[in-house]
Amino acid sequence: MATVEKDLAKQATRTVRFIIERQQDATSEPYEEEFLIPWRPGMNVIAALMEIQRNPVNAKGEKTTPVSWESNCLEEVCGACTMVINGKPRQSCSALVDKFEQPIRLKPMRTFPVIRDLVVDRSRMFAALKKVKAWIPIDGTYDLGAGPRMAEADRQWAYELSKCFTCGSCVEACPNVNERQSFIGPFAISQARLFNQHPTGKMNRAERYEALLEEGGIHECGNAQNCVQVCPKGIPLTTSIAAMNRDINFFSLTKWLGH
Amino acid sequence: MSTVSPASANGVNRDFLFRRLHTLSGIVPVGMFLLEHLFTNATGTLGASAYNNAVNAIQHIPFLHFVEFVFIFIPLIYHGVYGLYSAYTSGYNPGQYSYARNQLFVWQRITGVVTFVFIIYHLWMTRFSGHMPNFQFVHDLVSNPFNLVFMIIGVVAATFHLSNGLWSFFVHWGITVGPRAQKVSAVVLLTMFVLLSAMGIVSLFAFLYGW
Repeated sequence: MATVEKDLAKQATRTVRFIIERQQDATSEPYEEEFLIPWRPGMNVIAALMEIQRNPVNAKGEKTTPVSWESNCLEEVCGACTMVINGKPRQSCSALVDKFEQPIRLKPMRTFPVIRDLVVDRSRMFAALKKVKAWIPIDGTYDLGAGPRMAEADRQWAYELSKCFTCGSCVEACPNVNERQSFIGPFAISQARLFNQHPTGKMNRAERYEALLEEGGIHECGNAQNCVQVCPKGIPLTTSIAAMNRDINFFSLTKWLGH
Repeated sequence: MSTVSPASANGVNRDFLFRRLHTLSGIVPVGMFLLEHLFTNATGTLGASAYNNAVNAIQHIPFLHFVEFVFIFIPLIYHGVYGLYSAYTSGYNPGQYSYARNQLFVWQRITGVVTFVFIIYHLWMTRFSGHMPNFQFVHDLVSNPFNLVFMIIGVVAATFHLSNGLWSFFVHWGITVGPRAQKVSAVVLLTMFVLLSAMGIVSLFAFLYGW
């Protein structure tokens, strides 16, 4: 039999078991609901969630509300569909069902406020990016002309840092992001490093250092290094943190001595 | 996060300063004192008179109480109390993320608390016991099995906390930046932990059996 025919034969009988941690709204208690989804070749977690949306019936055969989730690009570049799958944060679009042990457990990233089911509010990440000024100001009242050139060697590693899509995996896995302290999160430190390294962004580097010296700044990192393990883009987050530690210690010390 | 944090007059945030003083005080002077202390105790392996001479030399440091207060007690209390606060504000998720570094992160905090409790007991039994420490005194102390076990736990916890803490210090001060440098420093410092804890335990048995 050809592979396609085999898959079709399997499709008729095989199911995939999902245990999903659900929550009605931001304030209600979470609960678990089980689903048996017909298996399809090459299906990802999103495909299973779409199947529940199409036919919202749980494993007991009861009619239920469809599970809410967020997704956008479906190619692991937007970060919107990040959730905790079998205990680890990752994008559900690139999470192929066949690669996971069953039952597949889906949970929202609880380090963020949960809005409903698997949908979380990641505004704190965007607030963090604003705080560290994760951009390059190029506007002037007149044409400022071309900026300084960037060395190719620097561009290469800066490109790696630029792959961050604010998915929240590092924030979810970091033990020091919790309700007892206000750590800004690994991604923000890495993004500050990215823009500090840029020849034009460098002109505002003191502002980014200042932001990371404030409450919840770089000093709240405890070196558990989960961030670098869970980052879906393999961004060297811990290298960024250590490099920024070096810069910020030097910055704060020279600043203090200059007073 | 959106709240404006109070920065001190010279613009350096207090949290940042307290954290950095915490990592610094753990090495200079507290960690250095631990090394000195372990080497002094190791003179016990050379016999009673070697140890008694070493203790005697320390007793004759000029301005001993001042030195002890400024270079040991104050930094130790700061490091310990701030460390307890830090252990409290940390989260713990080694069950979900069992990566080696995350496990060491947890152990750093466990050994910190154990060492804190041990040091209080240790000071009460020795420094504030009203006795001049000499070989016979320590021999009597470790002859009690409870004391001996507690001392071994204290030595292992303290040397782990120093070695792994030094690893973290190198990262916090931006000395080991890349993954390879951090890996090499981890191997070197965990070896240092094994050697220092072995030295501490051997010294304890030297006091027990009166080598």
